[in-house]
Amino acid sequence: MRLGAFTTRSITMAPRAGRPTPRMAETPSGLLNAVGLQGPGIEAFLTQELPWLAERGARTVVSIGGGTVAEYTALARRLADAPGVTAVEVNLSCPNVEDRGRVFARDGSSAAEVIASVRAATRYDVPVIAKLTPDVADIVAVARSCVDGGADALAMINTPVGMSIDVETMRPSLAAGTGGLSGPAVRPLAVRCVWQVHAALPGVPIIGMGGVTTGRDALEFVLAGACAVAVGTALFHDPYACPRIMRELEELLTERGFDRLADAVGLAHRPPGSGPRGRTDLEESSL
Amino acid sequence: MAGSPVQVTGTVLTTRRVDAYHALTVVAPGVADRSRPGHFVGVAVGGPGTSMLTRRAFAVHDVKPDYGGTVELVFSVRGPGTAWLADLRARDTLDLVGPLGRPFPLPRDPCTCVLVGSEYGSASLFALGDALQRRGCRIDFVLGAPSADRVFGALRARRMGETTTLTTEDGSLGMRGKVTDVLPGVIADARADVVYACGPMEMLRGVTSVAVEFDIPVQVAVEEAMACGIGVCMTCVLPVIGDDGVTRMVRACVDGPVFRGERVRFDDVGTIPFDALGAPGGRHA
Repeated sequence: MRLGAFTTRSITMAPRAGRPTPRMAETPSGLLNAVGLQGPGIEAFLTQELPWLAERGARTVVSIGGGTVAEYTALARRLADAPGVTAVEVNLSCPNVEDRGRVFARDGSSAAEVIASVRAATRYDVPVIAKLTPDVADIVAVARSCVDGGADALAMINTPVGMSIDVETMRPSLAAGTGGLSGPAVRPLAVRCVWQVHAALPGVPIIGMGGVTTGRDALEFVLAGACAVAVGTALFHDPYACPRIMRELEELLTERGFDRLADAVGLAHRPPGSGPRGRTDLEESSL
Repeated sequence: MAGSPVQVTGTVLTTRRVDAYHALTVVAPGVADRSRPGHFVGVAVGGPGTSMLTRRAFAVHDVKPDYGGTVELVFSVRGPGTAWLADLRARDTLDLVGPLGRPFPLPRDPCTCVLVGSEYGSASLFALGDALQRRGCRIDFVLGAPSADRVFGALRARRMGETTTLTTEDGSLGMRGKVTDVLPGVIADARADVVYACGPMEMLRGVTSVAVEFDIPVQVAVEEAMACGIGVCMTCVLPVIGDDGVTRMVRACVDGPVFRGERVRFDDVGTIPFDALGAPGGRHA
């Protein structure tokens, strides 16, 4: 069994030390984190980490993060010559320093501007994925802007901003105050986003993520309209979660009579009362 | 061989109370035989479908070859995760990943070592003491805690160590005070060559400054809050000076938990020092 791809943490131009500790707080079925994009910067990533991944045969989706359109573009240019980049994921949940720190993903036009610029700087055969935040009034509008800007696929959701307060110290649990919430606690929110965007843009590939810990959770995203599913926080609990989830997903698909995952994508959108597609043949042949 | 960690479903062999602490012995072949003193394990808490997503990290107290290999963990109940662990009974199962982290480096030649532990931090010192004694080292213990019931392993230390000095802040056992109050005397009397320490950050800071005063090496095992224990989540970072003199925010789980004390910037733990690699507005940014 083989994983489809490995997505890196968001790579930035310069090395980043990240946020002070504590950076993490556990919440019911969730995890708040404020790591602050700690990382070695693009040069060290290209010389040390990407070759390491390539040597191991990993298909690598490189996530990039920047503070300006120019920084995203420069990152995309650096990646364009690098061997072993399967796709570029644009982390749009970074503060735009040219827009008083407003997050790119909260504004359709600045998100589209980043995507268009990254798309232009990236090789034609390398897909550009826009990663969206659920912290917006209308995620469909932002998704549509990104697609119009040239996004080949959408990844959703990035972590919504949350907060927890330590009642012993009577201070925020995280040094940064707020942090991104991940884990099963956000799964219904993520499924809703995938559902809405797939309904509005049925032809756009969606990578669904947000609290996937089992094959059942992965199938939920697929039925909502995702054609690929990503796993993050579950790995903290179970380092071998990915092969297990794939196995469970395959079993669930087989049980339901699907030969291919593609046949299940978006199936929950069919009108009530209509039988599940792909299952009809099985039922008839088993008569 | 100490090497890559494994994930195993262990079976609880025994549970016991040790004064203020709980001790859990788990049959975990593969984890046990790879463990070296200073290693830790990541434990999933709450059972299948748990709402507690992060693993709890515990130093390995004891490793025994029984039943294919057992590890013993020592902990105190601090929240719902450790409360769940404290309720485990013999024959329950426990999901462990280990051994994790970098163990204590051992001296090549016999020398005199002072082992300093605060509260249940001393749990990982006994396997270390065994390994040092097998190399012909003399070992001396300094163990401390706020009160007598929270000093872990005093009897065992008395059996193993050339000398054992105990301290409690309330004076209920040994000398009244902290381990750092008695450490200079122990180092001087034993003519110690090296110090090993395990415990809360504040105590490690104190132990390091004593060792620096004596100009002897000090190895400290830090206790940082972790979510994964395997290097992925980037939450257990602290500022440590590298061989090149550059301070980096390094992960306690994979770059530690054992560090050379003088390399840890204890005064800056919990912050991003302005001169750390990649600090906001720093010279490397």
